[in-house]
Amino acid sequence: MDEQRANPAPAIAIAGLRRDYGERTALEGLGLELAAGESLVVLGPNGSGKSTLLRVLASLLRPTSGAVRVLGCQLPADAWRLRGRIGYLGHDPLLYRDLSGRENLRFQARLHGLGATEADQRISSLLAAVGMERRAADRVGSLSAGMCQRLAICRCVLHEPELLLLDEPDSNLDLEGRELARTLIGPAAGRTRVLVTHDAERALPGADRALVLGHGGHPLSEGPAGELGPERARAASTGAPA
Amino acid sequence: MTRSRDAFAAILAKDLRTELRTLRSLSAMALFAITTFVIFRFSLDRTSLSGSLAAGVLWATLLFAAILGVNRLFVAERDEGGFDAIRLAPIDRTVLLAAKAVALGVYLLVLEAIAVPVFALFFLGSAAALPPLLLVLVLADLGLALTGALISSMAVNSRARDLLVPLVLLPLVVPLMIAATGASEPVLEAGGPAFDRFGTWLAVLGLYDLVFGLIGYAVFDFLLED
Repeated sequence: MDEQRANPAPAIAIAGLRRDYGERTALEGLGLELAAGESLVVLGPNGSGKSTLLRVLASLLRPTSGAVRVLGCQLPADAWRLRGRIGYLGHDPLLYRDLSGRENLRFQARLHGLGATEADQRISSLLAAVGMERRAADRVGSLSAGMCQRLAICRCVLHEPELLLLDEPDSNLDLEGRELARTLIGPAAGRTRVLVTHDAERALPGADRALVLGHGGHPLSEGPAGELGPERARAASTGAPA
Repeated sequence: MTRSRDAFAAILAKDLRTELRTLRSLSAMALFAITTFVIFRFSLDRTSLSGSLAAGVLWATLLFAAILGVNRLFVAERDEGGFDAIRLAPIDRTVLLAAKAVALGVYLLVLEAIAVPVFALFFLGSAAALPPLLLVLVLADLGLALTGALISSMAVNSRARDLLVPLVLLPLVVPLMIAATGASEPVLEAGGPAFDRFGTWLAVLGLYDLVFGLIGYAVFDFLLED
C-alpha cells in the first residue's frame, strides 16, 4: 500500500503504440508515461500523428497495436470506464450550430449527468470566465471562430474532468481569449494535461514533459520539458532539422 | 438508468428543438408528400382511390418522404461533432439510437398529420378510414423509425449518403411495406373500412418493430466505433 502511495499509477502509460489508417501509419512505436497532475506537450510537424494520439487517448480511436492505459483504464477494452473523465478539445468545437452557446453547454451537462441547478451555476461561471456571458444566448452558427473556441473550452471542462486532452487550444483565440482560457485549461488548473501545439515557446514553460513526434508518427524524443531547448522545440514544431 | 433516461431526453429535446427552429427535414418531407399526391391525382386521372391502389399510393409516398428525413437524421452529429461528444459522455450509446428513432418517429407523425388529411381530401370519399389507419401508421412508423435510424447512422459517414440510404433502406423495409399496405387495403375499401386479416398484418408490423428494435440494440454500439 505504501509502495503504491509512493509510486502512484501513471495517469497515462503507453507502450509500443501503433495506429494505422488503412495502409498509412499515423503513429508507430510510441511509448511514454505521464504522472497524475503532470502536463505533457506534444510537438511535431503537420501529419506527425499528434491529433491521432489525442484521439487514441480519448478512446475515440482504437490503437492498431500496443498497450495504452489512461486513468487506470486499458484501451480499448475499458474505454467505457473512461467516459466522462476526459475533457477533449479537438479541432472541431463539438457544438451544435443551431443551438445557442448556453443550450449547447446545458446539453453537454445533461449528457454528463450534472443536475440542472449545478449545471446552470457552473455554466454561468464558465461563460463568465471566458467572457462569453453576453453572447451565450446567440446561436453558435452566428458566432466567430474565436467565440466558438471559448465555448468549446467551457464544454471541455464543464464536467470537471480528471484529464485534459487539448489539441491547439489557442487556435482562433485572440490575446484576451488566450489569457482567459489559461485559467480554465492552463497548467495552474492542476489537472493532468496533454497539450498538442505548434506554439512550443508558449507551451513549454508550463509543461512537465515534452514529446516530439516526427513525420510518420515516429517519436523523436520524450523527456522533461526543461531539457528541450527553444531551438530544438522550434525545430520540432516545424519538422525542420534542429 | 436515470443517467441514460436524462441523456435520451437531452438528445431528443435537442433534435426536436433544432428541427423546430430550422424545419430542415419536416418542410422537405411534407412538401414532397403533398407534391407527390398532386402528381398521382393528375397522372392517375382519378378523383377517388380505394383498396390496394389507395394503400399503394399512400405508403409509397410516405416511404419516399420518410427517406428525406432519414438522410438528414445524423448529419448534425457528423458535421458538428455530436458523435464524438456522445462517445465521450458516460452514457450507453444505444441511447443515441433510441433518441434518434423517436425523433424520426415524431417527424413521421407530424408528416402524416399533414399528408394523410391531404390524401383523404384528394382521394377518399369520407374520413371513416382514418381512425383504423392511425393504428397502422403508428406501428409502421415505429418500424420505419427504428430501421431508418439504424441505416442513417451507418450511411452518414459516407459521401454517397443520399444514394446509400435508399439503396440499403428500401430492401429492408419491403416486409414493413407489405404489412402496412396489407393492413391499409381493407381499411381503405370504397364501401367503408373492412377488417379482413387486419389483425394479422398488425401483428406482422409489431413483429417487424420488435426484430429491428433488437437488431438496433445489438449492433449500434459497434457502429459508433471508429
